[in-house]
Amino acid sequence: MFELLGIPPQALFGQVLLGLINGSFYAVLSLGLAVIFGLLNIINFAHGALYMMGAFVAWMLLTYLGIPFWAALVVSPMIVGGIGMVIERTMLRPLHDLDHLYSLLLTFGLTLVITGLFQNFYGVSGKPYPIPAVLTGVVNLGFMFLPIYRAFIIVMAVIVCFATWFLIEKTRLGSYLRAATENPEMVSAFGINVPLLVTLTYGFGVALAAFAGVLAAPVYSVNPVMGNDIIIVVFAVIVIGGMGSIMGAIIGGFGLGVVEGLTKVFYPEASTTIIFIIMALVLLLKPSGIFGREV
Amino acid sequence: MTHTIEHTGPGAPAAQSDTMLEVSGLNGWYGESHVLHDINLRVGSGEVVTLLGRNGAGKTTTLKAIMGLLKTRSGSIRFQGHEVIDTPARSIAKMGVGYVPDDRGIFGSLSVLENLLLPPKVAEGGFDLPDIYELFPNLQERLDSYGNKLSGGEQQMLSIARILRTGARFVLMDEPTEGLAPVIIHQIGHTVRRLKKAGFTILLVEQNFHFARELADRHYIVQEGRIIDEFRNDEVTENLDKIQGYLGI
Amino acid sequence: MTQQTESTTPAQTQNKSSGRNRTTRHHMIAFGLIAAFVVIAPQFLYPVFVMKLLCFALFAMAFNLMLGFGGLLSFGHAAFFGGAAYAAGHAAKVWGWPPELAIAFAVLVGAAMGAAFGFVAIKSRGIYFAMITLAFAQMVYFYALQSPVTGGEDGLQSIPRNSLFGLVDLSSDGAFYWLVAVIFMIGILFVYRVIHSPFGEVLKGIRENEQRMISLGYQVQRYKLVTFIISAALSGLAGGTKALVFHLASLVDVHWTMSGEVVLMTLIGGMGTIFGPIIGAGVIVAMQNYLADLGSLVLIVQGLVFIVCVLTFREGIIGVLAKWLKTRL
Repeated sequence: MFELLGIPPQALFGQVLLGLINGSFYAVLSLGLAVIFGLLNIINFAHGALYMMGAFVAWMLLTYLGIPFWAALVVSPMIVGGIGMVIERTMLRPLHDLDHLYSLLLTFGLTLVITGLFQNFYGVSGKPYPIPAVLTGVVNLGFMFLPIYRAFIIVMAVIVCFATWFLIEKTRLGSYLRAATENPEMVSAFGINVPLLVTLTYGFGVALAAFAGVLAAPVYSVNPVMGNDIIIVVFAVIVIGGMGSIMGAIIGGFGLGVVEGLTKVFYPEASTTIIFIIMALVLLLKPSGIFGREV
Repeated sequence: MTHTIEHTGPGAPAAQSDTMLEVSGLNGWYGESHVLHDINLRVGSGEVVTLLGRNGAGKTTTLKAIMGLLKTRSGSIRFQGHEVIDTPARSIAKMGVGYVPDDRGIFGSLSVLENLLLPPKVAEGGFDLPDIYELFPNLQERLDSYGNKLSGGEQQMLSIARILRTGARFVLMDEPTEGLAPVIIHQIGHTVRRLKKAGFTILLVEQNFHFARELADRHYIVQEGRIIDEFRNDEVTENLDKIQGYLGI
Repeated sequence: MTQQTESTTPAQTQNKSSGRNRTTRHHMIAFGLIAAFVVIAPQFLYPVFVMKLLCFALFAMAFNLMLGFGGLLSFGHAAFFGGAAYAAGHAAKVWGWPPELAIAFAVLVGAAMGAAFGFVAIKSRGIYFAMITLAFAQMVYFYALQSPVTGGEDGLQSIPRNSLFGLVDLSSDGAFYWLVAVIFMIGILFVYRVIHSPFGEVLKGIRENEQRMISLGYQVQRYKLVTFIISAALSGLAGGTKALVFHLASLVDVHWTMSGEVVLMTLIGGMGTIFGPIIGAGVIVAMQNYLADLGSLVLIVQGLVFIVCVLTFREGIIGVLAKWLKTRL
């Protein structure tokens, strides 16, 4: 087989694949942030904590109630999404007419509370979550061995991203959402309940974070700080993709995951900072992000 | 909560006794500034009534207040006998009030078809798509275009068309002729006349007096947030100087 | 995020000069109280605790210069604080520099980082600015996590204080306290001067109405950048001093939770007030101190305080006090 710049293809493909897996999480998380940002104009700082909560709820469902992975994949996002809707109704709504930075600060406070609560009850060490039996094992791709569960993550992320894109771009509910993003007053003058739409949107964005959390549970250890660092990377992803842009979140998420993987091959020292460097470059060249509307 | 509208049926004459909208003692504020002062007006079922006045007189604000879009308002707005002064816009819309705003309110990121289908039906008897395409043939050709790619005239037609679909029988129309070419104004005038014939009730804000004169049953003159005068359309000729004085034309 | 708007009705204009004198008198009283506290505090509080408080008070004041007076919420100030802490630590430990030079180096590093980040970030506003500064700070965090210079997970430990000007031994906390006290007083007087200089007036103008300042011909971007650099340099002063106080520069100092903490201090004390950040820092440092045994409860309490402040107490302690005294503090 060929070699590229002295790098064996196994390593190269392996890192690209790992990058795609990380990118799957980036994409689903930034998609949720983008949906929320689009309508509410706020950055949900608690997104990482809610991702962690999604993983923990899956773990709790399994440990206390014996509810398996497949059910948790649906139930956990519903529970966390419901909590999100309560948060929106009780805390974010009163701040709606104020500077949006207050909402950012509020969700930051929420992050501390949620993280603190789980640390208090479960400590900082991780909880193991088994890979569901059907998804264990590896396939031989010729150039590398691919764990089936990792492939499953990518497939699920692609499906969820596509479904979300479809929901927003091609359905009636999605047209309400896009219209309300543009001109909420006009939408309410048509008899549409915009506050309800806002609550549902926040709940949906949060549910996406929880879904990513459930997917992450079997590969990363479930622990209270698992969302802490990934979320900042995801913030950078949405700045690069263009805040509030659905396509920017999806393409940016997967793309930057791969870029990160490739950096691990060619210049490992920069692999954790490459996304932030790209962010700085994008900001200098196109401040509204690659897919963003002009600000 | 949906209110079905007892409409008078197509072609019903404007019965003075049958009140669609009654506004009394309406006051409105933008933040700290008091912009509407004791507005009183009445629109009978099937009537076309205009609010005439100069720029910044408070016409648009009056419409917004009726639609429930002005945050601070007081007084009384009765729609078909129901008090709606504290009712949110979305509930007023569901009672059968359609709103065609001065900026036309077209969503640039939605296609023409999506814009058209966006407002939910609030009552039976709305136009269906073939009716709308017959009324506005240009729109049918541009269904897939995005709202922000339309010309001003097309936007205006779309803004009216999407309200007709909903079954609303009372339409608040804010300066539908503003900035449009005479041929388009003519087409819009034709549309309004057809709606009137079909029994729609219309409260029209206009600066274009000639346009208003050809369509309306009655006119209110708005100045500095107050209604200062009122004319039936058949009184217009004898009061022409007075009206032109009010409007500064 | 503007908190105070200076409205001038005719009646107020008449009273303006006497009002200004009154305000100045209030400020002098406040400075007197602070100076008295700094002098007396070591008598009844642990010097290390007071030094921590002073460092964070300085940090919060530096941050507030950006938020309260520049109207820009930075979510990455930990980068300057922590980056400077590493710089001071490295200078003192590896190069054996005396404390005044180590801290001066920390200030320089803070200012240089502020200039670099500010150059990119300053063009954006609001939430974008917050996100971008946060992302840059995280870059610094990852660098600190990996680099041998910063000691990775361990950080820089046992940083020596060395001798002041190579002469005065400062190894005891009691002695080092006075250096920190002097740095703190100079720091807050400097911030006070900046706020009340013509430069500070322009800043307030930008905060109130950026468009108007642009149309008046002010180079708004340049003003913001300079503010950012001053704020970063002062954060560096706080961070560098803190590293010598605790003999430690670690990942905690550069993590985003630190950036959040300084926002919280400013918010509790009162954004856009002069003395609020000092009070806010006092509240948070004291709270962390007394709740330290409760482990993760600190996090929960801190988060709850954050939420309650944002929802119901946006003016902060000093903001409320100032309103009550009908003055500006």
